[in-house]
Amino acid sequence: MTDIVLEARHITKAFPGVVANDDVSLSLHRGEILALLGENGAGKSTLMNVVYGLYRADQGEILIEGEPVQLSSPRDAIRLGIGMVHQHFQLVQPMTVTENILLGSEITLGRTPFLDFEAGRQRVRELSVRYGLSVNPDDVIEHIPVGVQQRVEILKALYRQARILILDEPTAVLTPQEIQDLFRVMRELARGGHSIIFITHKLREVLEVAHRIVAMRQGRVVGESLPESSTQATLAEMMVGRKVILQVPKGPAHADQVVLEVRDLSMSATRGGVALKDVSLEVHAGEILGVAGVQGNGQTELVEAITGLRHVQSGAISMNGSNVTAWSPRQRSSMGMAYIPEDRHRFGMVGSYSVAENLVLNTYHLEPYSRRGVRDDAAIRDHAEQLVQAFDIRTPTVDTAAGSLSGGNQQKLVVARELGREVSLLVASQPTRGVDVGSIEFIHRQIVAQRDRGIAVLLVSAELDEILTLSDRIAVLYEGEIIATVEASQATREQLGLLMAGVRAPLNA
Amino acid sequence: MADPLDQRTRFSRWLVRLAHPLVSPALALVTAFAVGAVTMLLSGDNPLTAYWGLLQGAFGGLDALSRTLRTATPYILTGLSVAFAFKAGLFNIGASGQFLMGTAASVAVGVLVKGVPAFIHLPLALLAGFAGGALWGAIPGVLKVWRGAHEVITTIMLNYIASLFTSWLVYAGGTQGQQPGPLSDPAAAAQGISQTGTILPTAKLPELLPDVLTRVHWGLVIALVAVPVIWWILKRSTFGFEVRTVGENMSAARYAGMRVNWTIVLSMAIAGGLAGLAGTVECLGLHGRFAPEFTGSAGFEGITVALLGRTEPVGVLLSAVFMGGLYGGAAKMQFESGVRSEIIQVVQALVLVMVAAPELVRVVYRMRARRSEEDTAESKLATGWGG
Repeated sequence: MTDIVLEARHITKAFPGVVANDDVSLSLHRGEILALLGENGAGKSTLMNVVYGLYRADQGEILIEGEPVQLSSPRDAIRLGIGMVHQHFQLVQPMTVTENILLGSEITLGRTPFLDFEAGRQRVRELSVRYGLSVNPDDVIEHIPVGVQQRVEILKALYRQARILILDEPTAVLTPQEIQDLFRVMRELARGGHSIIFITHKLREVLEVAHRIVAMRQGRVVGESLPESSTQATLAEMMVGRKVILQVPKGPAHADQVVLEVRDLSMSATRGGVALKDVSLEVHAGEILGVAGVQGNGQTELVEAITGLRHVQSGAISMNGSNVTAWSPRQRSSMGMAYIPEDRHRFGMVGSYSVAENLVLNTYHLEPYSRRGVRDDAAIRDHAEQLVQAFDIRTPTVDTAAGSLSGGNQQKLVVARELGREVSLLVASQPTRGVDVGSIEFIHRQIVAQRDRGIAVLLVSAELDEILTLSDRIAVLYEGEIIATVEASQATREQLGLLMAGVRAPLNA
Repeated sequence: MADPLDQRTRFSRWLVRLAHPLVSPALALVTAFAVGAVTMLLSGDNPLTAYWGLLQGAFGGLDALSRTLRTATPYILTGLSVAFAFKAGLFNIGASGQFLMGTAASVAVGVLVKGVPAFIHLPLALLAGFAGGALWGAIPGVLKVWRGAHEVITTIMLNYIASLFTSWLVYAGGTQGQQPGPLSDPAAAAQGISQTGTILPTAKLPELLPDVLTRVHWGLVIALVAVPVIWWILKRSTFGFEVRTVGENMSAARYAGMRVNWTIVLSMAIAGGLAGLAGTVECLGLHGRFAPEFTGSAGFEGITVALLGRTEPVGVLLSAVFMGGLYGGAAKMQFESGVRSEIIQVVQALVLVMVAAPELVRVVYRMRARRSEEDTAESKLATGWGG
C-alpha cells in the first residue's frame, strides 16, 4: 500500500508548433498540498488537463492509487475521484447553490425521474459543515460573492467524492482575507486525507500553504523544493531560470501639478458590470496612483470612463486643466493620454496585423504614417524598427503577425506604442496580467521611468503586490466606490486587504 | 525545437505560401464537382460528357467566352460588394436588394433625363446606380450602429422591400383601376406589360468589342477597374485600415480611437454601391430597361463569389469568372449531354456549402485546422452570429 495517490509518468503532449509537456513526471501523496509553480505557458494547465481527462497525452501514463488508468473525459476523472476547480468558474449563474452542486449527478426520489431536492440540500449542508465551507444552499449563484462561488466549486468536487482536488489559480479573484479562508479550508481538507494540487504563480502563497513545490518551465519539470528551505527569490529563480528582481528600484516621487482630475464620477451598471458612485481622484505629474481592489469592483468601468470608451452619467474628468468629459478617445489620446488596456487581445492589438501595423494602431492617421488618406508603409516600418529596438520587443521582423509573439512581447508592443510618443498621462490597467516575470520587470521599470520623467501614472491592478511595489499613493476601489486613499509608504497589506473587502478602516488605523 | 518548416527549401516554402490560399477553395470545388458527378451517375447520365460540355460552353470559342464574361460582369461587382462588407466584419446578404435599387435609380436617370449629351448622361446614370445601392446599403449600417440590429436580418428584409418596391415602380396598372407605377412605360402598360421604357441611347453602355465578343459591354471594364480600386482602398488607404481593423477587432478599433460607427455605415454604403453598380451596368449595357423579371439573383451569387474568392478582390475576380462560366456553360452542357442544366445549380450550391463551412472540407480531407489569419474570413462566418 503506497501513499502516492496520483502519479503522472513521462507525460508528453504536443500541440502544433509547441511541446506543451515534455516528459513530465509528477507524484502526489495522500494528504499533501502540492504547489505547481510556473509562468504562463509553462505547461501547468496542460498537465492538469491531461490528468483531468480533457486532453489525451501523446505519451506517458497516469496512475491512481498505483493503478494505471485511462482518462478519456472528465467523467472518467470524476469517477476516479479527481475534482478540478477551474480558474473561470463553471457555475450556472441563475441557479441556486444546491442546484449547481447537484447538476449532473442528481439525487432522485427513489427510481422516479424526479429530483429529491430535500436530500440534495441536506447533503450540501453536511458537506458545508464538515469542511468549514460555509454556504447557504438556497442562495442564487449570481447574488453571492466570488469567494463564496469558489466554495461552491469546491463543494461540487467534494459532492462527487473527489479525493484529489486540482485548484487552478484559485486566489486570483480573492481578497487577502478570502485567500486566508481558502488556505484554512485547504489545510483542513489535507488533514482529512484529501490531496490537493495548487496551481499558481504567486510565490508568497506557495510558501504559505504548500507542503511541497514543483516548478515547471517550458513544458518540463525544472525543480522541486520544500517551503522550509525556500525563499521567494529561490522560487522565482527556479521558475524563471535566472535571477530575477522582484521589486524594481524606485526613488521618492516628486509630485507636481495635477494632470488628471476625476470629480464625482457616477454611472449606472451595465449588464454584468458595476456602478460607479461619486468617484473622485487626482493624479499628479511625477507620481503613480495605484487603484487597488479585487477584480470586478468597478476597475474596468473607471478606466473606460477616463479613457473615453464609456459615457459617464454625472461628474467631470479633466486633464491638464481642460474638461475632457465629452471628448472622444482619439481627442484624449492626442491630448497626451496613453492607455495600456487590461485585455490586450481584445483591446490592445489586432492579432492578425503585423507588429508594425499594431505599433501605429492609434496614430496611423497622422503624418508621417499617412498623407491625405494614403498610408506610408515605409514610415510605418521605420517607426516600428525604432520601437522594437527601444522596447526590446522580441520579434523576427516588424512584419510578423503580432498574434504570434509571446504574451510578454505582445504586452511590450502595447507599452511601446503607448509610451513611444510624447504623453503626459499614462492609464495602465492590469499591465502585467498573463505576462512572464522578465517582461513584468521590464514593464515595471518603464512605468517607474515614466513617472520619473514627470508623467502622471494611474495604475489599476488587482495584484496587491504590484500596487504596493509601484504606487506612491493607493486608492481602494470597492463596489464602484473609492473607500479610502492612503500613502503607499504607510499602507500595510492587512489594512489594504480589509479595505478591499469593504471594511472601512477606522481613522486611527 | 526543430520546426519541420525550417527544413524545407526556400522555393518550396514560397510555393506553399503562394498556393495556400488556393487550397481550400480548390478542394471545395473538387468536392462539389465530385458530388455533382455522383448525382449524375445515379440518374444514369455520364458526368464526363456533361463536364466536357460545360467546359465547351464556358470557354470553348468566342461565343462561349462572351457569354461567360457577360455573366461574370455583375458577379465581379456583387462579389466585391460582399467581400468589402466582410472586411469590415459585416455579412451583406443584401446585395440583391441593393442591386435592384441601383438598377431602378440608374434606369430612372436613363429614361427620364432627356436632352443631355452622353458624356454627362452616362456618368450620371452610373452615379445614380451607385448612389441608389449605397443608400440601400447604408440603411442596415445605420440600423446596426444605432440600434444594434444584426445586418443579416435587416439586409434580408430590405431585399424583400427592394424587390416589391421596384416592382411597384414599373407596375403596369390593373383592370380594376389600379394606378400604374411612376416608372412604368405607358405603351407597354397599355398591353398590360410591367416594364420601364427603353433607356435613351445617351445613357447606354456601348459594346466593348462588337466584332469579336458578342454583347460584352463596357460594364466589364468598370468591373475590372473596381477590382484594383477596392484592393487599393483596403490595403493602401487609411480608411481601408480602419475598415479592416473594425472587421478584425472592433474593440481594438474603438480603443484606438477609430470612428467605428461611421466606418460600419460607410462600409455598408460602399458595399451597397458596388452591388447597385452591378445592376446598373447590367441594365445600361445589356437589357436597356428594367422589368420585374429582373430578380437581382446576381446579388446572391455575390455571396458565393466572395466566399470562394476568400473575400480578396483578386480572388473575387477569379471566382466570378468561374461562376460566370458555370452558368454560361450550363445550356451547352444540357445540349451536349442531355443532363439538365439545373444540376449546375446543385454544383453551385455545393460550392457554397463547402466554402461557407470550412470545417466540412477539413473533415473530408482530414486537414488540420489552421489558426492563421488566412482563415479568419471563414471562421468569422462560422461564428458570425455573435457579433
